[in-house]
Amino acid sequence: MFPIVAREEMAQGTVILNEIEAPLIARKAKPGQFVILKANEEGERIPLTMAETDPAKGTITVIYMVVGKSTALFKDLKVGEGYQDVIGPLGRPTHVEKVGTVLCVGGGTGVAVLHPITRAMKAAGNHVICVIGARNKGLLILEEKMKAASNDLRVCTDDGSYGHHGFVTDIVKEVLEKTPVQQVVAIGPVPMMKAVSAVTKTYNVPTMVSLNPIMIDGTGMCGGCRVSVGGKTKFACVDGPEFDGHQVNFDELTKRLRAYCTEEKQCYEGYCRLND
Amino acid sequence: MTEKMEKQDKKGRVPMPEQDPNVRKRNFQEVPTGYTPAMAQEEAARCVQCKKPGCVEGCPVSVDIPGFINLVTKGDFTAAIRHIWSMNALPAVCGRVCPQEIQCEGKCILNKKGLPVAIGNLERFCADYEREHGTGALPPKAAPTGKRIAVVGSGPSGLTVAGDLIQKGHSVTIMEAFHKPGGVLVYGIPEFRLPKAIVAQEVNFLERLGAEVKCNAVVGRTVSLDELFEEGYDAIYIGVGAGLPSFMNIPGENLIGILSANEYLTRANLMKAYKFPEVDTPIPLGKNVAVLGAGNVAMDSARTAMRLGAESVKIVYRRSRDEMPARKAEIHHAEEEGIEMMLLTNPVRYLGDESGRLTGMQCLKMELGEPDASGRRRPIPIKGSEFEIKTDLVIVAVGSGANPLLTQSTPDLALNKWGYIQADPETGKTSKRGVWAGGDIVTGAATVILAMGAGRAAANSIHKYLTWGW
Repeated sequence: MFPIVAREEMAQGTVILNEIEAPLIARKAKPGQFVILKANEEGERIPLTMAETDPAKGTITVIYMVVGKSTALFKDLKVGEGYQDVIGPLGRPTHVEKVGTVLCVGGGTGVAVLHPITRAMKAAGNHVICVIGARNKGLLILEEKMKAASNDLRVCTDDGSYGHHGFVTDIVKEVLEKTPVQQVVAIGPVPMMKAVSAVTKTYNVPTMVSLNPIMIDGTGMCGGCRVSVGGKTKFACVDGPEFDGHQVNFDELTKRLRAYCTEEKQCYEGYCRLND
Repeated sequence: MTEKMEKQDKKGRVPMPEQDPNVRKRNFQEVPTGYTPAMAQEEAARCVQCKKPGCVEGCPVSVDIPGFINLVTKGDFTAAIRHIWSMNALPAVCGRVCPQEIQCEGKCILNKKGLPVAIGNLERFCADYEREHGTGALPPKAAPTGKRIAVVGSGPSGLTVAGDLIQKGHSVTIMEAFHKPGGVLVYGIPEFRLPKAIVAQEVNFLERLGAEVKCNAVVGRTVSLDELFEEGYDAIYIGVGAGLPSFMNIPGENLIGILSANEYLTRANLMKAYKFPEVDTPIPLGKNVAVLGAGNVAMDSARTAMRLGAESVKIVYRRSRDEMPARKAEIHHAEEEGIEMMLLTNPVRYLGDESGRLTGMQCLKMELGEPDASGRRRPIPIKGSEFEIKTDLVIVAVGSGANPLLTQSTPDLALNKWGYIQADPETGKTSKRGVWAGGDIVTGAATVILAMGAGRAAANSIHKYLTWGW
C-alpha cells in the first residue's frame, strides 16, 4: 500500500490534494512526469501528473478534480489509508532551459501540474509570467504558490468574481502584444489548451501543452493514449505527455476522451447511489 | 513399427472433455475441463516409452516426457509432477498454452500410425492434480550462495529464470511494471484459456521457494539497471517482452472503437473488465467485431469479444487458412464458437461518424502470389475488389514490436535494427556486463515456451557467471 500522509480539499471540495508516500518515485520524478494510481483491487488505473515531489521525505503529491467514480474513490481515502498501487514516474520530463521569457498558462487543476514546471522555468533563469484561470473565485487553486513561483501572476475568472473577467486567452493576447515571449506552456482543460495554442500560433511562439488521454499501462504497451501530433500518431504515455500545441489535433483528442462516457456515467451513478 | 506400439494405439487418444461451444461462447470459464486420474492413466499408457524419444528433442526446455508419463501410468502423480518440475517451473501453464503440435507431440512416434500421445493434456493433469491434492511440499533447493539476481519482467521467461536460479541457491527479486505478476500470462492470455488463479499459484510457488516479487516497478523509469547494480545485485535478467503494439497505419485508425489487442486483452484480463461494472475498468462491447490478424492473440481477442456478447465476430486476415499462425486448437475452438474467418482480405481504411466513432471498414480482396521472405505466399491485392464491412469494434492483432522504455534508458545495451536486445543465442548474454536478456525482447513476438527456453539457457549462464565469472 502507498499511504496518504496529507490530504487537503480545495476549490470548495471539488479538488483534492493527496500527498502520498512513494519514496522510489519521489527520488526519480521530474516536473511534467506522471504516475498511475489504483485505489483498490477492483479499481481503474488512473494517470495523474504530479504536482509536487519531496525526495527527502519520500512523498509525491497529486491534485485532482472529482469527476467520476475513480476520483470519487480517491476522494474518500483518508490520511493513513492509501492507494493499493502507484506506478511511476512515467512520461518524459518537461524540457527546461533558459530561453528568456516564459509564459505559463494554467486552467482548472492544470494549475497544479503547471506549478512545478513554472518553478523549474524560473529556477533555470527565465523571466516567468503566469496566467491562471478558473470558472469562479471559489474554484481557483494554488494562487499563492503560483505567485511565489513566478515573476508576474495574472488571474482570470470566467464570471468575473475575481481578477480579470474573461478567459486566460485574453491575457495571453495582451502579454504577447506587449512582451517578447520565447516559450509558452499551457496546461488545463482541452478547450483551454486548444484556444491558447490557436492564439500563440498567430504570434508564432512555441507552445507546449500537457495531454492526459485515456490510458492503461502508461508504458507504451496498450496504445490507448494515442494522439495525432503533426499528422503522426504518438503515444502520450511514452512520447509525451507534453507536445507542441501547434501540432496537436485537439478535436480528435476531445472525441477520444469521450470513448467511455456512457460507462463512466453508469459507474459514477452506481457509486453515488451506494453512498447516499 | 513395433508390436507394442500397434497394440497401444488401438485404444486411441483419450479426448479432453470440454465445455459445449454454445455454452462456453458466452462465459469466461476454462474451455477444456481436464482429465480425470483414470483418463490420465489411460492416455499415459499409450506412450511406448521410446528409447530415443523425439518428444524430448521437440521440447524447448527438455522435459523428460517418457519419464513423467511412466509415473502417471503407475498412478504416482506426485512423483510425476516433481519430475516435470526439475525441468519446467510452469507446467500448468505449458500444458495449456504450448504449441504441442509443432513441439513434443509433433515428434511423437505414434504420429506414424495415428494421433500422438496427449503430452500437453498429461502435463496439465499432473500440475492440476498437484495443485488440488498435493502436499505443497517444495522441491529441494541448494544451499544459499549469497548472490542476488534481479529479474526484470515476470512473464514466462522471467519466471523460468527465477525458478531455476532460486533452486540453485541464489537470491532472486522479480520486478514487474504492472500491479500484478505474470506478464503476458496475466494481461494477454484470457481466463478461458489460462485461469488467472493458476498463474497466481505458479508465482506463489516461486515465492514459497523464496523469490521476492516487486510489482509497480518500471525498470527504466522507477529504477535503472545501473542503480540495480549499485543496490548490490550481482546479475540482471531482462525479460520484458515485446510490448509495443503494431497498428495498420491506415486512415481513420484513431477513431473510437479501434483498439490494439494489447489494450483490449489487458482491459479484459488484467483489469477484469468483462466483469464491468463490478470492476471499474470498462471495455467496449462490440456488436459487429472485426479482429485483424490470425495468430493466437487474434483468436484470444475474437473469442473474448464473442463472450462479451457480440452478434458477429470476424477474423480478417490477408493470407489464407494455411498461413494462419495460431495454434490449430485455437482456430478450431474459435470456429466452434461461431467466429467467422474472413480470409484473403486486407483492410485499407476505417470509416467513422461525426462523433469520431467507428462504423465500418473498407477492405480489399487478396490473392496469393510467390513466396515472400517469410517463406509464405505473398498476398497481392485484387484490383477493384474494394468492399465495405459494417463494424463498431476493431481489434488490431497484427503483432508487436520492441518497447523502447527500458532500452532507451540503458544506452550501453546493444540493440538490433528493430530495437530488440542483442543477446548471445546460446547464453542470453548481452553487450552489458552482468546483464542477460531473453524472450520476446530478444526474438520478437514468439511463444511462451520459447521464452521459457531462453530463460533456461540464461539461468544456466548466469549460474556459471556467479560461480566462475563473466
